[in-house]
Amino acid sequence: MARVTASVYTSHVPAIGAALDLGKTGEPYWQKVFSGYGFSKQWMKEHAPDVIFLVYNDHANAFSLELIPTFAIGTAAEFSPADEGWGPRPVPKVIGHPELASHIAQSVIQDDFDLTIVNRMDVDHGLTVPLSLMCGQPQAWPCRVIPFAVNVVQYPVPSGQRCFRLGQAIRRAIESYDEPLKVQVWGTGGMSHQLQGPRAGLINREFDNAFLDRLIADPQGLSMMPHVDYVREAGSEGIELVMWLIARGAMADVAGGPAPRVAHRFYHVPASNTAVGHLILENPESQ
Amino acid sequence: MALAKPYADIPGTTIFDADQSRKGYHLNQFCMSLMKAANRERFKANERAYLDEWPMTEEQKQAVLARDLNRCIALGGNIYFLAKIGATDGKSFQQMAGSMTGMSEDGYRDMMIAGGRSIEGNRYIGEKK
Repeated sequence: MARVTASVYTSHVPAIGAALDLGKTGEPYWQKVFSGYGFSKQWMKEHAPDVIFLVYNDHANAFSLELIPTFAIGTAAEFSPADEGWGPRPVPKVIGHPELASHIAQSVIQDDFDLTIVNRMDVDHGLTVPLSLMCGQPQAWPCRVIPFAVNVVQYPVPSGQRCFRLGQAIRRAIESYDEPLKVQVWGTGGMSHQLQGPRAGLINREFDNAFLDRLIADPQGLSMMPHVDYVREAGSEGIELVMWLIARGAMADVAGGPAPRVAHRFYHVPASNTAVGHLILENPESQ
Repeated sequence: MALAKPYADIPGTTIFDADQSRKGYHLNQFCMSLMKAANRERFKANERAYLDEWPMTEEQKQAVLARDLNRCIALGGNIYFLAKIGATDGKSFQQMAGSMTGMSEDGYRDMMIAGGRSIEGNRYIGEKK
């Protein structure tokens, strides 16, 4: 059977992608950001999954205001990097896993989460920047990727509690798939940042680090935090952090298994307008 | 019953909710059209003529022409959509965000390097700093 081996959490700041693509990684400003991912790239090689279930949000690229799915699962064979207005990022195509994605869609929808099934979708920096941070700049991504887009742009966005429960349903779906695949679930976005209005540039280190602490030790309690707390404390775009609760909900301890092992933790301010947070949690019995 | 807006007391922040989205629908869809290179060229060649193809309000068109992002947001724009205007102009997200704060580009960048805008005094409208 397939199993969830680990979860990975990271910010997905577009400027990080631009820094990589434009060869700026050696600049001191960016070195400080990338220093937090040296361990992670090595870890990815040593713990290569067959599939990444990658939770992210689209930033008005695949979805305009014509159609706003709360949860959208990519079931296509491949996904192209989006042209977000600056031209598409020069990164490999994302190869999907239609069979597993369809299985997860069936299982999760029958578990009462109304996903939107997407057979054609370009993927933006929300998905490609985490891949770049974790995998570097390969000719092809090292494994299959199932894109899972969450609406955190137009309110109402899903609650933390809903996201946490959805992660649990995704775990049940993955673990009921016949093929013995190693699957990682990634939650991306955040940490504190605000990109709009006179309060733009807001950063809240205390909130971010408390969020990381609670995500590790008390995800159930953390999932009860209302939206307004994210927005007030972590900025209007800090709401992206609810997506981390989907990945956390997919970990073994939430289903009665052992506590995750913290393989890596990193926090840095700033990357462009944003606080960068990063965690790797392993399921000790599923390695 | 009106939409509940528990976020209305956060300073300097506009939440993109259904009311804002309805107000800004055509403004945001205009922005979305700039994802196509051909449309970016047409917009750059004659901004006013391009804007006139969209059923936007005159106020929205003026805010776009002036690149007044705070005004665009007040009129229903969302930053991820408005970013397409910035991309067309060759601006980064940091330049766009900074332009809404009343700070200089360097001043905003330096604030971010120094750890960003503090949360203290920035949680509630009218809160003492």
